[in-house]
Amino acid sequence: MEGIYAFCVGLLTACGIFLALRGRTFSVVIGLTLLSYAVNLFLFASGRLKIDAAAVLGQSEQYSDPLPQALVLTAIVIGFAMTAFVVILAMRARADLGNDHVDGVLPTNETDTSHRSGGSH
Amino acid sequence: MQHLSIFPILIPLLFGAIMLLPPISRDLTSQRISAVTGTLLLLISSAVLLFKVDHEGVQLYALGGWQAPFGIALVADRMSTLLVSVSSFLAFAVMLFAIAGRDKGGAYFHPLFMFQIMGINGAFLTGDIFNLFVFFEVLLIASYALLVHSGGKQKTQAALHYVILNLVGSSLFLFGLGILYGTLGTLNMADMAIKVGQLEGETATLAKTGALLLLVVFGLKAAMLPMHFWLPKTYSSASAPVAALFAIMTKVGIYSIFRVFTLIFGDEAGELANIATPWLWALALLTITIGTVGVFASPSLKVLSANLVMVSSGSLLACAAIGSEVATSAALYYMVHSTLASAGLFLLADLLARQRGKAEDRFVRSRAFLQPRLLGFGFAISALSLIGMPPLSGFVGKVMMLQATQTTVQTMWVWPLILIGSLAALITLSRAGTTLFWRHSGSVAPEAEPAKATEIAGIALLLLASPVLVLFGGEISAFTLQAAANVHDILFSAYGLLPGAIQ
Repeated sequence: MEGIYAFCVGLLTACGIFLALRGRTFSVVIGLTLLSYAVNLFLFASGRLKIDAAAVLGQSEQYSDPLPQALVLTAIVIGFAMTAFVVILAMRARADLGNDHVDGVLPTNETDTSHRSGGSH
Repeated sequence: MQHLSIFPILIPLLFGAIMLLPPISRDLTSQRISAVTGTLLLLISSAVLLFKVDHEGVQLYALGGWQAPFGIALVADRMSTLLVSVSSFLAFAVMLFAIAGRDKGGAYFHPLFMFQIMGINGAFLTGDIFNLFVFFEVLLIASYALLVHSGGKQKTQAALHYVILNLVGSSLFLFGLGILYGTLGTLNMADMAIKVGQLEGETATLAKTGALLLLVVFGLKAAMLPMHFWLPKTYSSASAPVAALFAIMTKVGIYSIFRVFTLIFGDEAGELANIATPWLWALALLTITIGTVGVFASPSLKVLSANLVMVSSGSLLACAAIGSEVATSAALYYMVHSTLASAGLFLLADLLARQRGKAEDRFVRSRAFLQPRLLGFGFAISALSLIGMPPLSGFVGKVMMLQATQTTVQTMWVWPLILIGSLAALITLSRAGTTLFWRHSGSVAPEAEPAKATEIAGIALLLLASPVLVLFGGEISAFTLQAAANVHDILFSAYGLLPGAIQ
């Protein structure tokens, strides 16, 4: 279980970082979302992974650490708000700057980069 | 008053929330009145707290009555209270400036301003590292909205970079926290400081990874190289009151570095003692260098002020790298000085820009000023204090920092860089002043309007802080020295804050 869990977190992080480094706001936002999923799973695992262990005392023989679950809830809420903000900001930037590149200007050799940076025209 | 230490968080929260409600939110005048009242109350309560902490020692506030390390504690010690007072003073002065008209660009300026102050004060006061994350997010989301306030292409462009960088930073922060919680089993900073000394082997390496991830995040906030790219653009495109308020944001990063890397990962941390120091040295010196280059290359007064913020950030990081009590004390003094002085320059740059017509604050030949004496006098004080010329506070702060170096090698690296940084500021600010005030076409721009009374009051408060810091230099440096001694003393700031901890 730990192996699969770690692999999933790693894969999500890798994909998140890859997408966050792209040039278009859409893929960057998706990348940030993946990154926040990865971090939520990671925080959850910081209290150790246990099976058949409830966070409430008396419900099961073993119990798990409830604090990481509270941390994850906080992180999810904050991450959600921030993603909502960045989506709106990206749309505003598309309107204000006339394109969806994170720098606000398209790279000069457009034919070369348009398909590589993941945007459609 | 046992609840005094939470007032710097509660007052802005309440005032911000009230200003969002209908009777006040519809009317600009009542928003302005309540914003000024709120910041004034905040200033008074932080001053009282500062006085109390100085006389009665550290104030520990257990939120909800849950004792540390299980509950979240607010720790009002000398260091955090000093910075809370600075941010409250800054908020009051900047709000005075803003109500003269810079708050009209869009809706909800005042509530957002209050929420940002709440986040900043919370980040200074909290004794729990996850709570620090939460307050970082509070101040960040308010700052995102304030940055795009009153709109414009440049602001959107700068905000996009700033927001994305900080979102990645928040994710890294959480990764670091997860690792530290997984290895230490606690999030209370005092408790972490006690437990970190017991780590060894693989667990210690893991905790080191987490700690250095935190350094990256705090470095991003403090504009440490190589995470400084956002700073000049963000600060120079933000509207004047927002940029002035942002002057304390880099200090939040520096403060967190001091908290985490002198208290938790300080001398007592066993295998992990002083893990950040080698990184801090190189990065601090590089930050000063790049900041200095930026100062020379600045085309306008706002960009210049932003680059000066970076130089001061680098100097403060160098103090963190030295890691002695004297260095921390010097850093605290310099933090107060540089926050207020650079905020003053940001506000002044806006006044200058408005009286020069199309040239704004760029260093080009342009129209004459409507009020050359008033603005010139303000500019001279602000420049002298930022350069670090006697008799103003920049000089005292820089001398304290230079004296804090211990070994010859440290002196060899720190002295030239800080002094060259000051020289760069001297050259650029004198060139700027010459161009702005003396190379003009003789006629006043038709659209220029005189500075309003509250604007002058706001700037005057910030600029007067510099001579006051010198006049009361003895008391203030004794206070910062005491604050630094507390932060470096693990018995005081870790065991002292946990009633049940056994040494």
